[in-house]
Amino acid sequence: MAAGDFLSSIELISPTEFAKKKIQSLQDYSILAAESVANLFRRPRYAADMMQQMDLIGFGSLPIVLASVFFTGAALALNSATTLSRFGATTVIGQLVSIGIVRELGPVLAGLVVAGRNSSGMASELGSMIVTEQIDAMRALGTDPLKKLVTPRVVATVVMLFFLTILGDFMGLLGGSFVASLLLGLDAHEYWSNAWQTLVFSDVFMGLIKPLVFGFIIATVGCYYGLSTKGGTQGVGRATTEAVVAAMILIIVVDVFVTRLLMVLLGS
Amino acid sequence: MSTPTLPLDAPAAPGPPPAKDVIAFDNVAIAFEEKIVLDGISFRLPRGETKAIFGVAGSGKSTILKMALGLVKPDSGHIYTLGEEVTVMPEEHLFELRRKVGIVFQESALFDSLTVRDNVAYRLMEEAATSPKEIERRVREALRFVELENTVDLFPAELSGGMRRRVAIARAIITEPETILYDSPTGGLDPVTSTTIVELLIKQRDVSKTSSLLVTHRLQDAFTMATHYFDTKTNQMRLVPAGGRIEAPMSFLLLRDGKVIFDGNLEELVHSQDDYIREYIS
Repeated sequence: MAAGDFLSSIELISPTEFAKKKIQSLQDYSILAAESVANLFRRPRYAADMMQQMDLIGFGSLPIVLASVFFTGAALALNSATTLSRFGATTVIGQLVSIGIVRELGPVLAGLVVAGRNSSGMASELGSMIVTEQIDAMRALGTDPLKKLVTPRVVATVVMLFFLTILGDFMGLLGGSFVASLLLGLDAHEYWSNAWQTLVFSDVFMGLIKPLVFGFIIATVGCYYGLSTKGGTQGVGRATTEAVVAAMILIIVVDVFVTRLLMVLLGS
Repeated sequence: MSTPTLPLDAPAAPGPPPAKDVIAFDNVAIAFEEKIVLDGISFRLPRGETKAIFGVAGSGKSTILKMALGLVKPDSGHIYTLGEEVTVMPEEHLFELRRKVGIVFQESALFDSLTVRDNVAYRLMEEAATSPKEIERRVREALRFVELENTVDLFPAELSGGMRRRVAIARAIITEPETILYDSPTGGLDPVTSTTIVELLIKQRDVSKTSSLLVTHRLQDAFTMATHYFDTKTNQMRLVPAGGRIEAPMSFLLLRDGKVIFDGNLEELVHSQDDYIREYIS
């Protein structure tokens, strides 16, 4: 293809049109997110679909969440040991791992792993349903897709990410404990005692609020991109990729704001 | 091109259509990405009638069906389905209305994660007003109607294209809707399977007396429907004897460049002097 042909084939879009599209997308996402919550108070409620999604999202993500936080806890202990040993303070590894995992790494890692696995899954599943007219069929058969498909996924992700984070936090501490005991020769009882005693209410509260926010982001972003799919199977692939990227970026950005907000509110 | 056969695009009288009409389009227009697809079309589907809609690919045939159910909103004009103006109804009210109208999508649109049983029973299970035993009885009855009773436990991926289309028909008729919308029910099927599907449409029309809109590329399907009736004694479709008429009225609607250029019965269609129509049906 000649350079001229290539340039002429590029579709140029005016900044106004681009801004309009972005604002429209933001509006559509906001409506979807608000409806997904409002549907909790409207009938019918799809309890069976929620349970099924909880199994798929929660139980399905369990091994990778546990493994990722376990090894992150271990790596955190190793890295901390290098620095702390210079000051002869390796005994406080438990405190460092505990604070790091419970306040920050546990929720964020669980969120990122679940986003990678489930935002893509939701976007591809709903996207495929769009391109094969199954969503239109559902509406034609008298079912609201937001009630049937989106709300159960949002509820399931929020609830299951909360529990996954708790289990992940424990596995992160366990990973740190293995490193502390087996590689650094620290007393396991001392490690766990330090890890436990250093945690205060605000640490645990912060660590358990974040998964609720992240779970909401993961499910609404995945469903939004899935239901906005255009352009056949290629469109499904694009929606899947965009959903994962958007969910991960949002988790990382929102984490900063939630952390700051909770620090102000809790005075920590 | 010569003058269209019937002066159809004159603005219709404002207000709801007569009660005998199950679907009425009044000066409806829609454009996608600045391309005008339908440009002020008006037509009515009287109760008990089957109307076949023709037009080249991209002429807006499927969009008409989706707009009749409120799945797509027009840019202007009014659409009445079962006496309700769907163009102004909020989505939650449309769900109620849609329960009274059956639709068979172009590619069947069966839920691929559900079995044939659950696909056909979907609407009944959603309404949660029918006992599981009654649902099972009605699913089997609907599948028996399309001669696929032995497929209840299969998934859509295990069925052929023709079987999927028949399951979609079973799903559309299980609640005995007043009106059924067929979107290219024979599209992409071999001639033998197409004939089976057309026979089912005739059977549904003559046995249940439902009104329907039939979108199709295949003129012969609509001609077969206009010239055959279903004989319940032999369980087969039969050619209407010379001089006879089918009980359910059949009409034809032809789209061109976003406009309705013909809306009439078989006789008017075959005797049309319009060059485009003559070329289209030849």
